[in-house]
Amino acid sequence: MRKILNEKGDIIENSTKGFLEAYSRIYESVPDAAGCFLYRNRRKDKVVLVVGGGSGHDPLFGGFVGKGLADACASGNIFASPNPQIIVETAKAADAGKGVLFLYGNYAGDNMNFDMAEELLDLEGIKTAHIRVWDDCASAPKDRIEDRRGIAGDIYMIKIAGAACDAGLSLEEVVKVMEHAGENISSIGLAASSCTLPGQDKPIFELGENEIEYGMGVHGEPGIERTVMQPAEKLVDRMYAELKKEMDLKQGEELAVLVNSLGSTTLLELNTVYGDLYDHLKEDGLTVHDTEIQRWVTSQEMGGFSITLLRLDAELKKYYDAPCCSPYYAKEQIQ
Amino acid sequence: MKTIHADQCRDMVIAACDAIIKNKPYLTEIDSAIGDGDHGIGMSGGMEKAETALKGKDFATVADVFKTTGMTMLNSMGGASGVIFGSMFLGGVKSFGTDPELNCKNFSEAMRAALDSIQARGKASVGDKTMVDALEPAVAAMEKSDTEDLTVMLGEAADAADTGIEATKNMIAKFGRAKSLGERALGHQDAGATSVGIIFRAMAEYLKTTE
Repeated sequence: MRKILNEKGDIIENSTKGFLEAYSRIYESVPDAAGCFLYRNRRKDKVVLVVGGGSGHDPLFGGFVGKGLADACASGNIFASPNPQIIVETAKAADAGKGVLFLYGNYAGDNMNFDMAEELLDLEGIKTAHIRVWDDCASAPKDRIEDRRGIAGDIYMIKIAGAACDAGLSLEEVVKVMEHAGENISSIGLAASSCTLPGQDKPIFELGENEIEYGMGVHGEPGIERTVMQPAEKLVDRMYAELKKEMDLKQGEELAVLVNSLGSTTLLELNTVYGDLYDHLKEDGLTVHDTEIQRWVTSQEMGGFSITLLRLDAELKKYYDAPCCSPYYAKEQIQ
Repeated sequence: MKTIHADQCRDMVIAACDAIIKNKPYLTEIDSAIGDGDHGIGMSGGMEKAETALKGKDFATVADVFKTTGMTMLNSMGGASGVIFGSMFLGGVKSFGTDPELNCKNFSEAMRAALDSIQARGKASVGDKTMVDALEPAVAAMEKSDTEDLTVMLGEAADAADTGIEATKNMIAKFGRAKSLGERALGHQDAGATSVGIIFRAMAEYLKTTE
């Protein structure tokens, strides 16, 4: 795979430089923390939201720093969590005296590095808490939910956490809202082709020309079934069945839906997927409150998509509907 | 020899850094079989930074050498390996106290403390197909060794680590990407364990050259 990269310098630093220069009116970098930046108009006198994780999933995580979303982002190398030092620097720069909520995907490296950062911040008297996103229902059975990985559900989690911080809730209250949100968000992905990490020669996994894999993770983690390619309706049938069972969806419930491209899958395809999915939702008497068809959580040029469902109640709907704005996610109040 | 001074300890750790950097392609190859394929890149990146932090500097205590190495790795690598391999050097810093020299006793005590801190952080036990499968036998060999000769003790530790690496081939992974592979990970050795082996072997070889 040909990648458009500089001859010199660090791959991530070169990319971050372009991003921050393009959006310099919105963002400022964190001193002494390469790849980390802050929303210029970040929260004052409220709990602040700091997100982060490995790079290479753009626009996740940095693209979701902004109004109504995260206050800052700490990014690591490609597919590797940020180190404790840059997380600490980012949190200190963002802190507004009411505590820092870290939100990140549930991966061993992220968990360990953010935990260490929290211990260091505690020594400096900064109050912290964390929420780990584990929305991928194909990554482990329900009784081992803490082994599940975070995928596109990250975005809904950031959205709701941002709105809860904006509402002026305490750190403990925001955590409570987010635990409730986490229980009502599930995703499943499907891989149709592999990807190559910038700087490496070989793709991160092999998938035959006519093969697909249900439930494969955004770092190529093996999924629940590898089979031959099928028409979109069949793919959606299987994925919806998994989500319906997982979430125990019932007639009359209200959902927000995200159909997300893993990289190279096009809008034409994603729209087709949503058309198929909508038929199932309608047939089961579910109400779609809102839908996003986006390329938000990617693995370079990986082919495939994920479906994320968020079950809304009055509380989650209030936060979901709150306005937000970043270069990748803009929402006005739904009328 | 029975003891080495902090400055020789620095050179011993630099030898370990060099060995990891030299083995970057080998570690990448091993990790690509069942992991993300980024272990060699992460480790050699961290070791390059550690080497820069150590080279040409004078150290008064063994603890300073290990602290500089561990902190540099921890704060440059990121990922799970940054914390785990950073802790391999940081975890034992306290038990060295202000000792200006490394000996069999303080080294084996420090490595036991490092192993404890790694296990507390990463929750891995022997048999989970991680770096612990090489580190635990290496530490046990250091503790069991009845020699007072550092070179002999490190040689025994490196041999034990190698046996541990070999054993990871017959293990099903409980951590990392290989976890999801189940039995498909059988036959492949763990990359983190391999790094532990490379570090111990390089330290043992360095000590031989100072005899």
